[in-house]
Amino acid sequence: MPDDPKAPEAHAPKAAVPAGPPDPAPPADLAPPAFLASLSEAIADGIAQTSYFVGDWTVVVPVARLLDVARHLCDAPDAAFDLCSDVTASDWPTRPQRFDVIYCLYSTRHRHRLRVKIRAAEHEGVPSVSGIWPGANWLEREVYDMFGVNVTGHPDRRRLLMPDDWQGHPQRKDYPLEGPGELLMENPIDWLKLRQARDEADIE
Amino acid sequence: METPTVHHGAMFDTNELVLNMGPQHPSTHGVLRVVLRLDGEKVVDADVVIGYLHRGIEKLSENRNWTQIILLTDRMDYVAAATSNVGYCETVEKLMSLEVPRRARYVRTILCELQRIASHCLWVGTHAMDIGAMTVFLYAFRERELILDLFEEFCGARLTYNSMRIGGLPLDIPPGWDKKVLEFCKIMDSKIDEYETLLTHNRIWLERTRGIGVISGPEAAGLGLCGPVLRGSGVPRDVRKDEPYAAYDEMTFDVPLGTSGDTYDRYLVRMEEFRQSLRIIRQAAEGIPDGPIVGKVPRLIKPPAGETYHAIESPKGELGFFIVSDGKSTNPYRFRVRSPSFCNLQGLRRLVRGHLVADVVALIGSIDIVLGEVDR
Amino acid sequence: MIDQLVIPLVKILIVLNATLVGVTYMVLLERKVIAWTQSRLGPMRVGPYGALQPIADALKLMIKEDITPVRADKWVFTAAPIVAMVPALIVYAVIPFGDTVNLFGREIPLYITDINVGLLYIVSVASVGVYGIILGGYASNSKYPLLASLRASAQLISYEVAITLTLVSVILVAGSLSMVSIVRAQESAHVWFAFLQPIAFVIFFIGGLAETNRSPFDMPEAEQELTGGFHTEYSGMRFALFFLAEYANMIVVASVATTLFLGGWLRPFPNVAWLSFLDVIPSWTWFLVKSFGFLYIFIWVRATLPRYRYDQLMRLGWKVLIPLAIANLVITGIVKVLLL
Repeated sequence: MPDDPKAPEAHAPKAAVPAGPPDPAPPADLAPPAFLASLSEAIADGIAQTSYFVGDWTVVVPVARLLDVARHLCDAPDAAFDLCSDVTASDWPTRPQRFDVIYCLYSTRHRHRLRVKIRAAEHEGVPSVSGIWPGANWLEREVYDMFGVNVTGHPDRRRLLMPDDWQGHPQRKDYPLEGPGELLMENPIDWLKLRQARDEADIE
Repeated sequence: METPTVHHGAMFDTNELVLNMGPQHPSTHGVLRVVLRLDGEKVVDADVVIGYLHRGIEKLSENRNWTQIILLTDRMDYVAAATSNVGYCETVEKLMSLEVPRRARYVRTILCELQRIASHCLWVGTHAMDIGAMTVFLYAFRERELILDLFEEFCGARLTYNSMRIGGLPLDIPPGWDKKVLEFCKIMDSKIDEYETLLTHNRIWLERTRGIGVISGPEAAGLGLCGPVLRGSGVPRDVRKDEPYAAYDEMTFDVPLGTSGDTYDRYLVRMEEFRQSLRIIRQAAEGIPDGPIVGKVPRLIKPPAGETYHAIESPKGELGFFIVSDGKSTNPYRFRVRSPSFCNLQGLRRLVRGHLVADVVALIGSIDIVLGEVDR
Repeated sequence: MIDQLVIPLVKILIVLNATLVGVTYMVLLERKVIAWTQSRLGPMRVGPYGALQPIADALKLMIKEDITPVRADKWVFTAAPIVAMVPALIVYAVIPFGDTVNLFGREIPLYITDINVGLLYIVSVASVGVYGIILGGYASNSKYPLLASLRASAQLISYEVAITLTLVSVILVAGSLSMVSIVRAQESAHVWFAFLQPIAFVIFFIGGLAETNRSPFDMPEAEQELTGGFHTEYSGMRFALFFLAEYANMIVVASVATTLFLGGWLRPFPNVAWLSFLDVIPSWTWFLVKSFGFLYIFIWVRATLPRYRYDQLMRLGWKVLIPLAIANLVITGIVKVLLL
């Protein structure tokens, strides 16, 4: 690559990898919603960072306090986030805590939204919130499947979209775009034989 | 799944039967696989297996530029492609803080609602077919064809439309198109009554749908259900009302709600949504303002660094896009789709427990899934 | 010699062939009627208006590969379609298609035989056909057919009870088990038994739908639930036999209903003298028209109604139809004893 003097790693992304989303701090003249104030009151070290971007409020929460914060946001009457509309992650491989796990919450009572974000390292355990919002079950399974985020305490942690015997986690930025490793690309016939042998073993 | 348990009855020991439904099965609406554990014909537990249609659209999108992704969103909910187009474009517009002209927003509203009717037509047809009423299917497809004709006239395609651009529309509506839309509304009005005549008061239909898959409002919300399934349980949650997008803030319409949260209520909610959609289309088509169809969009689309989540109400429920832009490249850093079918399908396991095999089919129909969107 | 052997054989030949052709065209009729209901055209390609479609279908089924699953019980798997088909055909032996005709100076009755226990014969033979379905589902050694055959056995046995009870009340009114005598009884009673026994007629019709696995009672083959039911694993000609047996059974039910309740081959108002110009039309035409009406309703119902669930079907059978049939039988008996 002309703009990158160092030789890239085997399957490293081509463009320079950013270190993380900017998470801009809210403008000074914008007061955060009331439930955030009561959240930081109830759980002192619950909020590591608050950010505001194009109308969305995001709080970054330490992994250790995730369950407390989630429980509070679900139960507190002024928050009442009863709908966990999405759980997802993003991968920033240059960061030591490479994963952002993002919980998009919505309250059907107050009609407001909040994004809760945690930062987790590769093998760091991320507690499952499916005890609080049962709907997070599959979403967390997908996050585990796609990113390899180590979701702990999940009632049914299996791969969801990929086959059970799949190697690797496809949504990671360092996952090879060409497919499952070099064997397929360099030696498709061997790869097919391997597959067939495995399938036959499965059938028996 | 663990091995089947054995019930020690008074006289006989009975084994649970593991029945594999799908991925090739006539009424799993695609390649859904449900592994049922049966006691006789009663479902003890169900394991929903998905991923047979996983094409990695999220990963693909990270390597396409912002405009190319519109085409990929077509392939998710392929029976309501324009809705996905609108959802994606609005998310990028939100990320870039773009202003969309009013004319474009009105046309988007019409397209979204036409898609809702088309999608519900498909739903009512297949749902009724699953329960054995085969005629509704073809009646509904007859009307869906009219909508496809309208779309063909608008953007040239009948299924995967690619009908939206970031900042507005790709091209203006053809002359006289709005009149044709209004004409369609007139036709559709009587056709909805026709479907209802066949089903709504049919005794067999009532027996098959009432009390099947009952779920309470709070439980449905906790399970992450959305759209008509959530509204069927009486939760007034509609993105069009709560977080208006396109031109929905200028439209008057009601959000139909169910009371008991069973299959029949979900059916009624969707049937009423037909009528409300027609109401919205009439208002929008009569009031399309003049003006430009594209806002001030830069030649090279490159949103600033940041992340956002934006949801719209697709025919199946809350369709959300979570997009991270690194501000440097011409493609998103992370592209995530929160698809309503995926989240609704998750509720299937809870819904089918304790019901019979025949009800599993009715319930899959009543949560209205499209596997392209579930697996992405 | 001719009376004993040749004429019955010719009749059997005609009836058997007419039935098989009728059955194949029944399929076409069904496809056409359903298509018209659903604002479609139906088969249009083979022959004018699709008239040769049944022949194309039969050819296709015959040259299709006949698959026997590895783990199936091969003998039973092969025997099951035959067990389903044969009873459906031999029932026609006692159905009177028309009055006696005069052909080549001979009086020829338009039925193969008239045995004095005709109705009993029909009921017993028809119930053998159930075994075909049960055995087919069981021998496939596959879960969907197994569930379907369980459903089928439960459904057919319970609806058989209701049907037989209605038949008994008809026998009470007619005073005979012979099919021909029942038609004659309707002539002398000056009224079709459908009007004398309306409840029995309705129960027979509903039970007939269930007996022939027709919608809304088509649980054993419920395509959307059990992927085809008991014939999931069948293909080619063996599948065709099941298919034909179902349609043959439909025609049987229509014919029996016509004979018992709609006056068989009799023209409308057989005792009204000024309508006697209708006698120009041969008697078997009336029989065919009436049966066709039945079959049309069968198809119409299929195009319109959703499917019952298995437990609802059993409830309808045991809690509604059978008590009604019993009550009808008791009342018929009482009225018969008191008035006659």
